[in-house]
Amino acid sequence: MTAKSFVRKVPSGMSGLWRATAPKLARLDIELTERCNCACLHCSVARPAGDAEAEAREWPTERWQALLDEAAGLGCLVVRLTGGEPLLRSDFEEIYLHARKLGLRVMLFTNATLVTARLARLLRDVPPLEAVEVSIYGMTRESCEAVTRAPGSFAAARRGLGLLAENGVPFVVKGAVLPPTRGEADEFEAWAADLSGSAGPPAFAVLFDLHSRRDAARSAVIAGLRSGGDEFVRFSRRHGDEAVGEWGEFCGRTGGARGDRLFICLPAAASASVDPYGRLQYCLGLRHPATLYDLAAGSLREAVTEFLPRLRETRAADPAYLERCARCFLRGLCAQCPAKSWAEHGTLDTPVEYFCGVAHAQAIAAGLLEPGEKAWAVRDGAERAKRRRNGS
Amino acid sequence: MTGKIELGRAYRPSDDVVVREIEGEIVIVPLTSGIGDLEDELLTLNETGRAIWARLDGSRPLAAVVAELESEYEDAEGEVRVDVVGFMQELYDRRMIVEKS
Repeated sequence: MTAKSFVRKVPSGMSGLWRATAPKLARLDIELTERCNCACLHCSVARPAGDAEAEAREWPTERWQALLDEAAGLGCLVVRLTGGEPLLRSDFEEIYLHARKLGLRVMLFTNATLVTARLARLLRDVPPLEAVEVSIYGMTRESCEAVTRAPGSFAAARRGLGLLAENGVPFVVKGAVLPPTRGEADEFEAWAADLSGSAGPPAFAVLFDLHSRRDAARSAVIAGLRSGGDEFVRFSRRHGDEAVGEWGEFCGRTGGARGDRLFICLPAAASASVDPYGRLQYCLGLRHPATLYDLAAGSLREAVTEFLPRLRETRAADPAYLERCARCFLRGLCAQCPAKSWAEHGTLDTPVEYFCGVAHAQAIAAGLLEPGEKAWAVRDGAERAKRRRNGS
Repeated sequence: MTGKIELGRAYRPSDDVVVREIEGEIVIVPLTSGIGDLEDELLTLNETGRAIWARLDGSRPLAAVVAELESEYEDAEGEVRVDVVGFMQELYDRRMIVEKS
């Protein structure tokens, strides 16, 4: 016995944990329900809390528990419980405790309106080991409830945050830049910085996906709320040019065209998502029928070892995608992906003009493009990004 | 947690942690609050730690664990005992093991 250090502490982000083979599944996202007690303007998911048809189709407790067993057996370390509003599930505590007793860390995404004293105590005594992520859409009752369209939600959310804070449960708050909340960002940040229990700076959603179930009416509402590329740049620059510098640096690091492979999202390489009805997906937003795997007719192991690797080999066929996205050097900035294409067009490989426009605005701000240039037509784009990164 | 590890006592993993073996790594995950300072980290064991941990079933005093390991490792006299006690004290201080009652 020669080693004097017997234990090794590693960050929970998992990189560096594995000296040999990484597990086949590092993270599992579970959408426990599509139902929500809020009806946020920009939400790409939610069904009404009282949607009995949706509730009847949701997987029961024991199915989720069995899936968590299987995930832990595959080496999964983190499970995200989200929705809809996951706390609408009357069996939330059972599912949560089951995950924690398996040694899984739990990321809980919630609007906090349904946090009870009992749940806050549970999260105190059996901590999730990840900060609870709380969506708070507004600094006043008027602005908040103009977004949530749920009377009483402002006070309920504040009460929920208070219970988390009282019990020492770490959380972070997330805002959204929407017509009712535009202009509140500075106030939101100042409030979050002073918030007892807050484990980090707030995040903001600024760019919104259309409805992931492709409800045309809902998508039309979301499209009307979106900030344009220039507005996104202005928002990102509100405290200085740090973010813009990061765009240039990041683009230089990821430089080079994405080619025709559609699934190049690195964070999703060892993760998977499951909808409330037991259908496994590549990510939470991607509902294209060709990308779904019915867990009731198979297994999580088969899904992550056979189905998802096959899916990752999917190539683009849309001529516009091949002409533009496949050749574009802004892949480090552009949000184009199969999930965005699905929400916008019902396909996997159609360029999404909205995100293309935002990426171009970012690239102009970062000095990577001149106004009027199209990134896919720039022959030395990758070199340009590298030069920008190196400061030359 | 205060207290000193004693060779005459038996120890077992605490119910306050979950121990997982993933791709050949032993990963110790806190279940309840206040386990060490691992709110943002995970704990894994090296080969030596694993050899000790595998014997912590509460069935025998720590001295017997030391004797077993001394028969497997060719270390200088007393070195295994020092290593085992050091490791156990670290786990005990983190509330990851408890005395077998």
